[in-house]
Amino acid sequence: MKSYDLLELAGRNLRESMLRNALTTAGISIGVASLVAMLSLGAGLQDLANRRLSKSGLFDTVYVTSLRDFRESDPDQRKQERKVDVSKARALDDAARKDLATIPGVLEVSPEVRFMGEVRYADATHAAFVAGLTQSAKENESFDGMKGRFFASATAPEAIVQLDFAKDLNEKDPNSVIGQELVLRYAERQSMAGSSSPGAVADDSNPNASLGGGGGFSVVRKEQPLKIVGIIEQEPFGGMRSISRARVFIPSQLVENLNMMQYSDMRGLTGDAAGEKTYLALVVRVASAGKVQQVQDAVKKLGYRTFSILDATKGLRRFFTVLDLFLGIFGSLALAVASLAIINTLVMAVLERRREIGIMKAIGASDGDVKTLFFAEAGAMGLLGGVFGVILGWGIGRAINFGTNLWLQRRDMPPETIWASPLWLIFAAIGFSIVVSLIAGLYPAARASKLDPVQALRYE
Amino acid sequence: MKDTPDFAIHAEHLSRYYTLGTAVIRSVDDVSLSVAPGEFVALLGASGSGKSTLLNLIAGLDRATAGSITVGGRNLAQMSSQELSHHRRLTVGMVFQSFNLIPSMTVFENVELPLRFAETERSSRQDVVRQALDRVELGQRISHRPTELSGGEQQRVSIARALINNPSILLADEPTGNLDSRTGGEIMNVIRRCNQDLKMTIVMVTHERSLAEKFAQRLVFMADGKVVTQSAAEPELAR
Repeated sequence: MKSYDLLELAGRNLRESMLRNALTTAGISIGVASLVAMLSLGAGLQDLANRRLSKSGLFDTVYVTSLRDFRESDPDQRKQERKVDVSKARALDDAARKDLATIPGVLEVSPEVRFMGEVRYADATHAAFVAGLTQSAKENESFDGMKGRFFASATAPEAIVQLDFAKDLNEKDPNSVIGQELVLRYAERQSMAGSSSPGAVADDSNPNASLGGGGGFSVVRKEQPLKIVGIIEQEPFGGMRSISRARVFIPSQLVENLNMMQYSDMRGLTGDAAGEKTYLALVVRVASAGKVQQVQDAVKKLGYRTFSILDATKGLRRFFTVLDLFLGIFGSLALAVASLAIINTLVMAVLERRREIGIMKAIGASDGDVKTLFFAEAGAMGLLGGVFGVILGWGIGRAINFGTNLWLQRRDMPPETIWASPLWLIFAAIGFSIVVSLIAGLYPAARASKLDPVQALRYE
Repeated sequence: MKDTPDFAIHAEHLSRYYTLGTAVIRSVDDVSLSVAPGEFVALLGASGSGKSTLLNLIAGLDRATAGSITVGGRNLAQMSSQELSHHRRLTVGMVFQSFNLIPSMTVFENVELPLRFAETERSSRQDVVRQALDRVELGQRISHRPTELSGGEQQRVSIARALINNPSILLADEPTGNLDSRTGGEIMNVIRRCNQDLKMTIVMVTHERSLAEKFAQRLVFMADGKVVTQSAAEPELAR
């Protein structure tokens, strides 16, 4: 039988028992809707996690440190790194910074700026960790709901403070600190050409206190007035955080211009090239997450140690795969029940249409024709059930998303999309529905095709 | 078993047994029968004599327990299920006592159905179906459902359906059994035209001897699954 004849006859047969077939199709729709709903939730949560992580700057960032300072925790890697002489390991200096910037795929290389500073505000002094932020950090999710604004430029004498710190400055009305001025007291690094001692500490109120040193530098206490321009709830991911969480943020270029002293300066004193400016860590921003591995490999070839979140996300991906599997199995249960309804409907149809099957065989239908006709009916129910199920599942998703956002809104939280129905899921759900329906149609179709035409024609 | 192309139908020691519990029912028992191409044969006998079973064996709807049945030179016993359906589709056409039309289909759809199984192109079907219905004088009733037709009209639709694929043999199982004598006569005239105009071989099962004598060329009497006597008849038209 030709395909169009098959489909025409199948459609006609389905219309003949409209109510029963519609109810069976509705059963399949509910099954598919449940499957789509579950998998959409899984996909939505995965998207949400990916969105959050990519906005956090975790995925497109590579942290570069010198083998002088940090060693790999992984035992196998450590074994390799042990062979490297600390004194001969490449320093993370300006030359390295330039080299890193030339690696294909690298957008920006900036030093990891983080130091303990003293902040004076309204006649009170507060201690706080200060971190530098590049202009590109503006894209970080931490600035999504910020109060005030981001830095006007990379060198603007401005500060953004963390909400808890703003509360320290003004407990009653933390928002009022925006537009106010604070004074940051910091240690400035001053080169000491010709000095023989490795390092010296000086106070600009008493320059004679300097101990001097050839390759070393002086440390001078300085103050920098900064205008508070914004408040953020939490620190953007700008560093490894192993040192500490920052509460005051200033433009990183300003930090460099002011020559603010870093921990790495102290570490530099003990190295062979004492007094040279080195960095504790350089933050390399990569064009896309897909290029992180390639950049990491290139950085390692230059003789540095790298760290990115890419390895950590492998575990996350595994988690979502398992979650999707469980949600899929749970969602398929309803479809399994629906498949029993298909078997029931088609077995009933075989019984009811017994005589019709006998007539068809008597006028020339083969066993295969009868079998394919029942298969086509099962497949058509699967297709219709799949399409309606996807629409229903999508509707359920929209409703739950709406409800979730309403709930989030009442708690002053930003709206989120926790539901995603990607195109592959829609087509896969419809395909799965058809396959399940065809499997369910196997037994009734075989039963119909095996009917003895003589017996079937006698059936009243 | 050698082929017998000189016969439209040739049965040799043909048997069909059924088991009912421990009892064996010999529905067709060692029947040998030949039907020449273009011959009109009537199978007569009481109920349960085995005439419908013999017709089903010729139609390829049933398989023989023993013996052989050759139709159009091919032994049905050696045919696969697929080949038997091909045989039912193109070699034989069947007409039943209870018409066996599909009630949910229109007259047109019922007659068109064998063309679908024969994979005839849709474009040529319309004309073929119309011609078949015109032949049985039902060209104006194509969109009616079987329940909207009289018994005689339904049987004519059934004949149109049986003829749609131009088979060489028409098998009719009590074609007038559900009709009054006048309508039955009309149906028999249609069947006779098939025999005379289209040169089709006709095997008709009936228990009405007068009808058989009037239209058939040969009468075959069956009892208890066996052919008991055969006699040549002198159909009305020949007279």
